Amino acid sequence: MNNNKPSSITTLVAVGIGAAVFFVLGRFLSIPSGVPNTSFETTYPFLALMSIVFGPVAGALIGLIGHAIKDLLTYGLWWSWVLSSGVTGFGYGLIGKRLRVRSGEFSKKDIVVFNVGQVVTNLVAWAVVAPVLDILIYSEPANKVFFQGIVSAGMNSVAVGVLGTLLIAAYTKTRTKTASLSKE
Amino acid sequence: MSPANTFGYVANDTVIHRLSGSTKLIAFIALSLIVMTSYDTRFLIGVMIFSLYLFYLAQIPWKNIRILIYFVLAFSVLNLLTIYLFEPEYGVQLYESRTVLAEGIGRYTLTAEQLFYELNVAIKYFSTIPLALIFVFTTDPSEFASSLNRIGVSYRISYAVSLALRYIPDIQDSFFEIRQAQQARGLEMSRKTSLVNRITRSAQIIMPLIFNSLNRIEVVSQAMELRRFGRNKNRTWYRYRPFASKDIAALALVVGIVLIGMYLFYVNGGRFYNPFQ
Repeated sequence: MNNNKPSSITTLVAVGIGAAVFFVLGRFLSIPSGVPNTSFETTYPFLALMSIVFGPVAGALIGLIGHAIKDLLTYGLWWSWVLSSGVTGFGYGLIGKRLRVRSGEFSKKDIVVFNVGQVVTNLVAWAVVAPVLDILIYSEPANKVFFQGIVSAGMNSVAVGVLGTLLIAAYTKTRTKTASLSKE
Repeated sequence: MSPANTFGYVANDTVIHRLSGSTKLIAFIALSLIVMTSYDTRFLIGVMIFSLYLFYLAQIPWKNIRILIYFVLAFSVLNLLTIYLFEPEYGVQLYESRTVLAEGIGRYTLTAEQLFYELNVAIKYFSTIPLALIFVFTTDPSEFASSLNRIGVSYRISYAVSLALRYIPDIQDSFFEIRQAQQARGLEMSRKTSLVNRITRSAQIIMPLIFNSLNRIEVVSQAMELRRFGRNKNRTWYRYRPFASKDIAALALVVGIVLIGMYLFYVNGGRFYNPFQ
């Protein structure tokens, strides 16, 4: 595969398989944080990598479909959070446009850009979009949903900051850098 | 180690199973939307009884859903408690009246309005969750994609959903293989190590899983490209069931329920039914 943009079929398959991986990680690999009923999700670092590699639209769809399947098989669809997962994927994908991960580059400066971007994305998705939708759709008390939102924004930022950065760094190492061949 | 059947579909031949996937999808979405928005207790109780009856009709084996039900119960109780913890008098604001049943400690009073509000939230859970379970357990995953396409989702996205459902069992198997292999090599993921260690070490499971999946993506997309996927504007589906008269009857019933729900918005002058005025 070359370093150019992935074909539309590849993106589509990435959405399908990405959503399946999202579901499997969400169901079997979340790490309890010690605070009751909260855990570090390994799904969002994975979503960050997929969105950066395959773009914002793919990221949004992986978030939406993966989260919807996960919710359907656990406790019924919680629409506001499903939509926020879509927003998260889209946001991570936008950061990806400023990086050149597909051409094997992930410098220290890129790490900073990625982390600032992911924290902003998490805040927008979990501390703004999710609670606002919770209030609009389910009319739940505002301070409860904002508290939940801020806690999960924080947890996701930590998980993506640690694990997401590791995953992207490892992924870029597998890519051939552009113009990496030199004439002898 | 891995459960054989992840997506809950259980083949059977009940009234619900015989409906087409599109009917069930439309019914599920329409009913859960109206239940989500309405706070009219009478309506919610009606829908709850209706969906529990459908649940009975669908004859889903108890052993398949037992764990799920316990999980849902724990989740809803927890959510109800958190609502109380954060806003013990939220119901008072909503219903603009205050009937104190018991003075508690500080702001934690017990009001009839709060109990009524939380009762509504609880009924909401118990009317949407059976619907979701019915949908998941009686719809063949391969029919699901064609249903999505039928209700207007582009066939590419429908196909992506069906790929996701198709690959969940495979990816789950790879996940367990990788985890066991890493554990055999001494990967410690239990509570014995620190939290940061557990987060970074999970990379050793996720990493192989991701590269494994990226390979899968390559193989599947090449196979699809070779078969000229996406060449035409439409596609046909192997699992496609045309609408029968029972589907039309079921949809008419759903439309009726949704219309009643919307009519009640008008009667109540908003989303809430207020018995306190």
